[in-house]
Amino acid sequence: MLIEALIAVTLLSAAVVFFAPNRVAGKLAFALSLLPAAGSLWMYSRFGGEGNALLGGELAFEETATWVSLGQYSLNWHVGLDGISMPLVVLTAVLTPLAILAAWTPIDERQSQFYGLMLFMETSLLGVFSALDFMVWFVFWEMVLVPMYFLIGVWGGPRRKYAAIKFFVYTNVASLVMFIGFMAMVFGIDGLNTLDLPAIAQALNDGALSGLGPLSAETLQVVAFFAMFLGFAVKVPVVPFHTWLPDAHVEAPTPVSIMLAGVLLKMGTYALLRFNFTMLPGVAQDYALLIAVFAVVSVIYGAMLALAQTDLKRIVAYSSVSSMGYVILGLVAYTMYGVGGATFQMVAHGLISGLMFMSVGVIYNTTHTRMVSDMSGLADRMPVTVAVFVAGAFGYMGLPLMAGFAAEFFIFVGSFQSTVLAGTVLGTNGLALLTGLAMFGIVIVAGYLLLAMQRTLFGPFEVETDYEVDRAAFHDVAPLVVLVLLVILLGVNPDIFYTMIQDAVREMPDVATAAATGGGN
Amino acid sequence: MAEFVWPDWAAMAPAIILTLTALMLFLVDSLNPRKTSGAVLSGVATVGSLVALGITGWFLAAGTGEEAITLYDGALVVDTMSLFFALIFTSVTVLVSVASFDYLRDSPNQGEYYILVVLAATGMTLMASANSLAVVFVSLELASLPSYALVAILKQNRGSVEAGLKYFLIGALSSAIFAYGISLVYGVTGSLKLADVATSLNGGFEGLTGVLGIGVLMVLGGFAFKTATVPFHFWAPEAYEGAPAPVSAFLSSASKAAGFAVAFRVFVTGFPIEAVAGTIDWVLAFQILAVVTMTLGNFAAATQDKVKRMLAYSSIGHAGYALIGLAALYGQPGNNEWVMGGAMLHLLVYGFMNTGAFLFIALVEYWGVGRTFEDYNGLATKAPIASVAMTAFMFSLAGLPPFAGFMSKYVLFMGAIGAGFWWLAAVGAINSALSLYYYSRVVKAIWIEDPATEFEFQDRPVGLYVAIVAAAIMTVALLPAFGPVTDQAFSAAAALFA
Repeated sequence: MLIEALIAVTLLSAAVVFFAPNRVAGKLAFALSLLPAAGSLWMYSRFGGEGNALLGGELAFEETATWVSLGQYSLNWHVGLDGISMPLVVLTAVLTPLAILAAWTPIDERQSQFYGLMLFMETSLLGVFSALDFMVWFVFWEMVLVPMYFLIGVWGGPRRKYAAIKFFVYTNVASLVMFIGFMAMVFGIDGLNTLDLPAIAQALNDGALSGLGPLSAETLQVVAFFAMFLGFAVKVPVVPFHTWLPDAHVEAPTPVSIMLAGVLLKMGTYALLRFNFTMLPGVAQDYALLIAVFAVVSVIYGAMLALAQTDLKRIVAYSSVSSMGYVILGLVAYTMYGVGGATFQMVAHGLISGLMFMSVGVIYNTTHTRMVSDMSGLADRMPVTVAVFVAGAFGYMGLPLMAGFAAEFFIFVGSFQSTVLAGTVLGTNGLALLTGLAMFGIVIVAGYLLLAMQRTLFGPFEVETDYEVDRAAFHDVAPLVVLVLLVILLGVNPDIFYTMIQDAVREMPDVATAAATGGGN
Repeated sequence: MAEFVWPDWAAMAPAIILTLTALMLFLVDSLNPRKTSGAVLSGVATVGSLVALGITGWFLAAGTGEEAITLYDGALVVDTMSLFFALIFTSVTVLVSVASFDYLRDSPNQGEYYILVVLAATGMTLMASANSLAVVFVSLELASLPSYALVAILKQNRGSVEAGLKYFLIGALSSAIFAYGISLVYGVTGSLKLADVATSLNGGFEGLTGVLGIGVLMVLGGFAFKTATVPFHFWAPEAYEGAPAPVSAFLSSASKAAGFAVAFRVFVTGFPIEAVAGTIDWVLAFQILAVVTMTLGNFAAATQDKVKRMLAYSSIGHAGYALIGLAALYGQPGNNEWVMGGAMLHLLVYGFMNTGAFLFIALVEYWGVGRTFEDYNGLATKAPIASVAMTAFMFSLAGLPPFAGFMSKYVLFMGAIGAGFWWLAAVGAINSALSLYYYSRVVKAIWIEDPATEFEFQDRPVGLYVAIVAAAIMTVALLPAFGPVTDQAFSAAAALFA
C-alpha cells in the first residue's frame, strides 16, 4: 500500500494547494511536498526488490487489484518498484520540493494554481515510474501532459502559448503513435488476457508473438518497435524529434524547466528501457547501429546547437539533448555497465540539469536577462550562485567525483564492451571510433560551458539591466546548495543507487543474447 | 407467514416515481401558480429524480434485471439494459434539475419547466423498457413532446422560439415517418411485440421483401432523428444552441441515450440480422451512418466560433461513436456484448461529461458572458473551480487518459477491433484526435488567454456549481470505478444477444 499512499498523499496535497489562498500556497506546497520526499526516502531505505520488474524479478511494494474486466481481457491496477524505478521515484520526490522552492521568487500570480499543478504533475510522474500495467501506466503517462501544458501556457514567457501548444501536440501525437504500436503488438500475442507489462515482456521473450492480420510476427515486431521508439524519442528527445524542447524550455518558468529537464525527459528513456529494450531485444539488436547513430548524433548535434546559443537557458536546454543521447547509447550497448550507466545517468542528469536550470533562473531573477552578451562578472555580486553554477557546469562536463562522471564513465565502458554494437558492420574498431566520437561530445560541452561562464560570470562586473543586481534570497540559494551536495554525494558514492540499478539490469545482456540466438522472438 | 414478494410491476419503480414526481410538481405549482418558489419546484424535481436514481442503482446492484421481467404481456421489459439506461436518464435529470434552479431564477413558467423535464425523463425511462413497437412509439412521443416545449420555454427569446419550432416540425415529420415504418413492419409480420416480430421474420416473409425493407429503413430514420444522426441531425445544432443551456444538456445527453436504448433493443431483438440481412443489412446502414456522423460532427465542430454550437456539433460526433455499438455487431463471434457494452458505457460517461459541459455554458450564460471562444478568455482567473471542472469535461470528451472518456472510448474502439471492424475504430480514433483541437480551444481560452475586459460578476450560483462539480467528480471517478459499471454494461448487452 506504500506506493498507493505515496501517490494519494501527493494528489491530496495537490488538491489542497490548488484551492489554498495564493498568499500561503508556496509555503504550503513546499511543506506538503516534503511528505512524498520523505516517504520515497523511507521506501528507499526499506527497498527489498531484486532483479528486473519485467524479467521475473522480485518487486518491492507490489500491489495488484482488478480494475476493469473486459470479456476475456482484464485491466489491473499493478504497481511495484525495482532497481530501475526506485531511483527515479526518489529523484521525482526529491526534485519537486526543490523546484517548488525555486518558484517562490519568479511566480507572482495565481500561485495556488501553479503549485497545485506542480504537485499534480509529481503525482502523475510517481505513477509513471511505479505502474506495471500498461493501461495504468498510460493513464499516468498522459496525465503528465495536462499540468505541463498549463504550467507552460499560463506562467511561461512571451511566446508561451505557442510553446505550450507545440509541446502538447508533439507529445500527444507521439503518445498516439506509441499507443497504436503497442496495442497492435499486444493483439498479436497469443493467449494474453491482461495488459500487464511483466506478462507481456515474458510472452514476447518466450516468442509468443504471432502475426496480426497481414503482418507476420517479424514485421509486427519491427513496426511496434519503431512506433514505440518514435513515441518515446519525442519525449527524450532524440534528434531530430527535439524541436519542441528549446521552445518549451525557454518559455517555461524556471521551476517548470527543472521538472521538465529533470524528470519528464527521463520518462522517455525509462520507457525506452522498459518497452523497446526489454520487450523487443531482438529488434533492438537488429537496428542497434541505427539507434546508436541516433544517439551519437543527438550527443554531437545537441552540443553543437548549444554552442551556437546566446541565451543561457537555451544553452542548458540543448545540452540536455546531448546528455540524453548518452542514455540512448548506454541502452543500446546492451551491457550491464551500459544499461546501468544509462539508468544512473537518468538520475544524475536529473539532478545536474535541475541544478543548471535553477541557477540560470536565480541569475535571471536578479538580472532579468539571460543573454550571455548582456552579462559580465556576475561572480562579483552573486558569489554563491555563481559558485554553484560553476559546480553544476563541471558536473555537466563529467568532472570526477560528481554524479555525471560516474554515469558517463559507466556508459562509455559499457559502450566499449558492447558485443551487440561490435557485432554490427562497425566491428570492434568502428565501435571504438563511435564511442570516441560520443566522448568528444564532452569536449564540446566543456567548450561551450567554459566559454559561457567566462563571459558571464567572470571579468569586470557589467550587466545591461535596469534592475539592482544583488545576492539572491536564501530560499533561492538553498535548493541550489542541496542539489550540489546531492550531485557530489552521488559522485563520491554512486553505489547509493548503482547497486540496485545493477541488480535490475544484470539480466539485460542475457536477454539480448537469448533473443539474438533465436531463443526468443 | 408467507414471505413478502414484490409484485412484478414494482420493477417499473423508476418510471413510476418519475411520473409521481411530475404529478407532485403539478400539484405544487397549481396551489399557487405564478408565485411558487423555484427552490421548491427544483427541490421536488431533484428529490424525485434522486429517488428514482437511487432505486435504479439499487436494482442494478441487487441484480433485479438479471432475469428479465416482462409486463403487460411482454410489451414492457425490465432488464439490466433498461436499468442501465434509466441510470443515465435519472442522473442527468438530477443534474439538470439542480442546475436549473439558478438558471431559471426570476423567469416565468418554472412549474411547467420542471414538469416537462420530469415527464420527458419518464418517457425516456419507458423507451428503455419498451419491448413492443407501439410502446416504443408512445414513449418516444412522451419524451419528445415535452422536449419541444422545453426548447422553446424562453418565450421572449427569438432564438429559443425559433429553435423550438424547427425542432417540433422536424420532430413531427420524423414521428410520422417512424409511425409509417412501424405500420409497414406490422403489415409484414402481423405483430408489434418485438419478440413476435422476430419470430415472424425468422419464419420468412415471402413477397413482402420490399415492404419490410422500407419499413425497417423508416424505423431507422426515426431513431436517427432522436439520436441526431447524420443526415437527420439538422435540428440539433439549432435546438441545442437556441434552448436554455440546461435543456440543451438534457436533450443532448439523456434524450440521445434514450434513442440509443430503443435502437439497441429494437434492432437486435426485433429485426434479427440473419432474417432481414437479405432485405436490408441494417448493420451496414449503421456503419455508414457511424462514419458519416462522426466525421461530419467533428469537422463541423472544429469550424464553430460559438462554444455552445461547438458542443452541439460535438454531440453529433459522439452519437457517431455510440453508433459503433450497432455498426460493429455480428463480426467476429463473441464480441457483440463488448461492442454494445462499450457503446452503453460511452453513453453513460457522456451523460456526465456532456451534461457538465453544457451546464458550464449555463453558468457562463447566467453570468452574462458572451458566447464565442474569445468571450471565454481568462474565465479561470474568476472561476477556478468551475474552470477545472470544464477542463475535465473537455479533455474527457476528447478522450484524454486521466478521465473516464478515455476508458469508454478505449473499450468501444477495442470492441470494434476485436469484432474485426478495425477501420471503424480507426475512423473513431482519428476523429477523437481531431476533436482535441476544438476541445482544447475552450481550455486554452479559459486558462491561458488574457481576458479582454474585466468580468463583472460576484454571484456564485450554488445550484449550478453543485451540479457542475458533481458531474466533474463523476467524470473523474468513473475512471477508477470503471470496473463495476463495465460488468453491468456487458451483462446488459449479453442478455440482449442471449
